[in-house]
Amino acid sequence: MSIVQANHLSFTYTGASKPSIEDISIGIAPGEFVVLTGPSGCGKTTICRCLNGLIPNFYSGDFAGELIVDGMSVKQHTTAELAPHVGMVFQNPENQLFSLSVERDVAFGPENLGLRREETRKRVDWALDVTGISPLKDKPPYELSGGQQQRAAIAAVLAMQPKVMILDEPTSFLDPKSALEILEVISDLNKKLGITIILVEHRLDIVSKHANRVVVMDNGRIVLDGTPKDVYGEHARLIGIGLPRVTTLFNLLQRDGIRFAETPTTVDEAVDVVRKMLIR
Amino acid sequence: MIQTEGLKFAYPGSPEVLRGIDLEINDGEFVAIMGENGAGKTTLVKTFNGLLMPSSGRVKVDGTDTHDSSVAKLSRDVGLVFQNPDHQLFSETVREELAFSLRNFGYEEDTIDRRVASILETLDLTRYAQSSPFVLSGGERKRVALAAVLVWNPKHIILDEPTIGQDYQQKDRLRNFIVQLSAQGKTVIIISHDVEFVAECKPRIILLSRGLVIGDRPAEDILTDEALLDRASLTRPQIGALMHQLRNYGLPERTIDVYSAEQAILNALGRKE
Repeated sequence: MSIVQANHLSFTYTGASKPSIEDISIGIAPGEFVVLTGPSGCGKTTICRCLNGLIPNFYSGDFAGELIVDGMSVKQHTTAELAPHVGMVFQNPENQLFSLSVERDVAFGPENLGLRREETRKRVDWALDVTGISPLKDKPPYELSGGQQQRAAIAAVLAMQPKVMILDEPTSFLDPKSALEILEVISDLNKKLGITIILVEHRLDIVSKHANRVVVMDNGRIVLDGTPKDVYGEHARLIGIGLPRVTTLFNLLQRDGIRFAETPTTVDEAVDVVRKMLIR
Repeated sequence: MIQTEGLKFAYPGSPEVLRGIDLEINDGEFVAIMGENGAGKTTLVKTFNGLLMPSSGRVKVDGTDTHDSSVAKLSRDVGLVFQNPDHQLFSETVREELAFSLRNFGYEEDTIDRRVASILETLDLTRYAQSSPFVLSGGERKRVALAAVLVWNPKHIILDEPTIGQDYQQKDRLRNFIVQLSAQGKTVIIISHDVEFVAECKPRIILLSRGLVIGDRPAEDILTDEALLDRASLTRPQIGALMHQLRNYGLPERTIDVYSAEQAILNALGRKE
């Protein structure tokens, strides 16, 4: 049973000459870690807006087909009804945080669900703990570093205990170390809590080791869908997907006539392959 | 040339963001300023075009102290493209956005048309000439902001995090474009924490941490120096990490781009046979 199921989903923004997404059919199983990628303007953001109901509830246009998230059709439910099931984290955490303390920001969601005080308390403490920012709970978000702010934004979504989390390039404003740490937090949500992750990202170098599925979009359609190894081939390169540098390196070596069993998608795999070649 | 001497800067009532910076950036140089979130990178470049004046020390652009120059002249010589395009864009159409500054500088309409068309083409924006900047995607708006500065042909160009939100092809295009600018003798300064992009461009890197320059060397040196990277909250680029782990197999550790790594591995395999 899929937790996300799209059937022939299309959407055209009012005034646009062509659909932003066209005939999308995909099922995502609970607990998957999906990276959604593709060139600028390929429809990634539009899909995200559908998944949390912003489309068709807030953006006007032609909605066709069907999208079911955690058993709820996005067409028949409001974004408020969808919010406890599917959480959304944006690129820039500053756009998402607004309270005078981290704790207030994290409590905002559960309070709006109308939860009892103790339950809210419990969820806030838990979300702060999981994202590693309990010591910062009394600080105003604007005093935090970028990485800490993004943790707070994730905690605020987590406190709603969604089954699906969508993250739209959540590390692009962060320095590389903070970015890797945030990806570890996201990976933990997936592995330890079983939350289904849909991560929109151009930089496959840094996300490939966490993903068990990569979905590539181009011109509003899904064109590739599989494990990183299945997807990172010639077709992806031709669409203009930035394959991980180690994958590109081995594609070049293959062209040079070097043979190896499997093209690596992460640094660790690449180290193994080169070692084997050198000691063979 | 852009020079700083003992440059310090603090926002009112706050601790110093820049704590004594001495730099020389020559005409035609391509420089990447890197460092952790909050290191002072954006503050530093804002002193280059006179948006901020030093609390102490000095900044000189082409020999003139920014204190003695007008903001009008400085902003014409030093084009700064902000990280967030929405801080910069305001016109009804992309074309108008680009024409605005040229009109202010008093150019003829046909010159304006020609220049705008040429920049739109270079940055793959021609099809959006009549669109409002605000209906474009984040990555596209960023390119419009860049075009709006390049169009008046400043001598020194500063790009604050130009790769955020750009896909691979756009980054490739940006890289080629930067190489062209620097071949034309323009100074190009980028602020970036995109280690993969910087590893492919191989500029001079000025590494900032907590308001001080902690490294100022070629990309191959900085991006393979574990201790320095750690202090500035950076990571090795992927190829750098691979070659680092393979250093005991006789592969050159100071390798950060795909093509050099390909050559090094081919050499190593050749030696073995």
